[in-house]
Amino acid sequence: MSEPPLIDACGIVRHFGHVRALQGTDFSVGRGEIVGLIGDNGAGKSTLIRILSGTDRPDDGEIRVNGQRMHFNGPQDARAAGIETVYQDLALAPDLDAAANVFLGRELLRSGLLGRFGVLDKSRMVRQTRDAMSRLGVTIRPSAEVFTLSGGQQQSAAVARAAMWATSAILMDEPTANLGVMQTNGVLDLIRRVRDAGTAVVVISHNLPQILEITDRIVILRLGRTVGQVATPEASVDDLVRAMMSGKLGS
Amino acid sequence: MSEPSEPFGGLTTTTDLPTAGRDSGRALRRFRSMFGSQSVALFLVLVALSLFFSALRPDAFPTIANAMNMATNASVLLVLGVGSTFVILTGGIDLSINGVLVFSGVIAAMAMVAVGGDSPGALLVGLGCAVTAGSAWGLMNGFLVAKAKIPALIVTLGTMGMSLGFALLLTRGVDISDVPESLVLTVGSGRVGGIPILVIITAVVFIVGMLVLAFTRFGRYTYAVGSSREACRRASIDVTAHLMKIYTLAGMLSGLAGYLSLARFATTTLSGHATDNLQVIAGVVIGGTSLFGGSGGMMGTLVGTIIPVVLLDGFVVLGLPPFWQQVAVGAVLIGAVYADQLRRNLRNR
Repeated sequence: MSEPPLIDACGIVRHFGHVRALQGTDFSVGRGEIVGLIGDNGAGKSTLIRILSGTDRPDDGEIRVNGQRMHFNGPQDARAAGIETVYQDLALAPDLDAAANVFLGRELLRSGLLGRFGVLDKSRMVRQTRDAMSRLGVTIRPSAEVFTLSGGQQQSAAVARAAMWATSAILMDEPTANLGVMQTNGVLDLIRRVRDAGTAVVVISHNLPQILEITDRIVILRLGRTVGQVATPEASVDDLVRAMMSGKLGS
Repeated sequence: MSEPSEPFGGLTTTTDLPTAGRDSGRALRRFRSMFGSQSVALFLVLVALSLFFSALRPDAFPTIANAMNMATNASVLLVLGVGSTFVILTGGIDLSINGVLVFSGVIAAMAMVAVGGDSPGALLVGLGCAVTAGSAWGLMNGFLVAKAKIPALIVTLGTMGMSLGFALLLTRGVDISDVPESLVLTVGSGRVGGIPILVIITAVVFIVGMLVLAFTRFGRYTYAVGSSREACRRASIDVTAHLMKIYTLAGMLSGLAGYLSLARFATTTLSGHATDNLQVIAGVVIGGTSLFGGSGGMMGTLVGTIIPVVLLDGFVVLGLPPFWQQVAVGAVLIGAVYADQLRRNLRNR
């Protein structure tokens, strides 16, 4: 591991009044790696994700992406740095089709005069969506309105959208909450394919067996601090629970 | 006509993700194949009505003169309907359109009186004043709805009263009938190739509105904002700015409608538009645009606006009390919203 981590967050501090959500948290993720971020409620997982996705700003600490110091003033800055976030509520527009959702806020316009008038290049967006979907092995028609899709397909659409734009990392908050077993497996396979394509993936989940199944490395937060990290093959549910509760990793 | 919609849903093979949502998807597709897309079904209703009235009164209903008469009657409503389609697609409502229409007509009439004469310049000043006055009310609606976050129903109910009140204050309640004659003779009752200029102007407004809605980023954001504000915010779309543009557009079209009404009736018709807003909203909603926002389109608004006009004309031609039209339109409106609600329930199951 000689190359620097893709995202390197160091000594992140975030206070909300008297609540110390993060008190010097360190976190990093490398290219082609799935990292699980776990911790009890209030450990600071969501705050950390919000900071990495640009929706919240740290009081102290530094974030580097590809070794470069970053200051995110909003989600658009994080996105410009190639970091995409899949929220628990997916943030899809149900009446729009899959292609329109993939390109929401990033619409391609026709060239020339028509583009000046804001005319959309629908066929190019549909084509690029179809290519990206098939690359990721997602079987959703670009012209399918999102409300016609099943829960698992909607989740896949949200992940595929993030994967299409993420040049460095995808952050996922509970990516399989509310999904059945089969749907969950489909989404987990998709996350692995995203990783194999070279994107860094950060997964928050309360589902420890699932974290053990999908991640390569697990970072444990407790009371706003990083209390340990472990390579997934060396971890067990009992170890993780103990670390989350006591802050001590290993036996 | 709006978003490319697949009449048979969008599922292909689901080998890797078999689903629980599949059954509701199937029910939805069955529902859709039964009713077709609403604007197609409605168009058939319109054709059936026209055939019915034509069969009963072949001498009076299916004539060019009657068709032009109906088109003229529908035109001011349709100009308003184009604006309301945008507003309702965002999940909003604009009740102020009739007040803004009257206010803009009064401003235009006063401006043209002030400029004096009957020159094309005076007519343009009148047009400019009407559109500006309408846009200003629309901008105010947009600001109060999008920035101050006051419910659109209340904001536009308030501005409807305010704009009507100001119109009555400015005129002391007496209609201004001092309208330039050339305006009345051209825009108001003139024809080009046998087609009323009023109808031509309306057609241009409608076609531009339809193209903008169906093919531009502005139209896409209109659907997106109505479908999920949160998804838009996460995608860094400026929802507030877009809503303000939409309400300003609706106000601007109300201003234009005020000018057209002034030209048509050669007077400000202070009390002649009391139910325009409800008629327009009924037309948009009957046309299949969802009051919840996010789905619908301009073709539906066209058909939904014309059907009540045809009904009214048909009843008159048949010698039936024309009040039956209000009864019929009311029932159809309730039916249309109920159908929309059923669709929503199916997809949210």
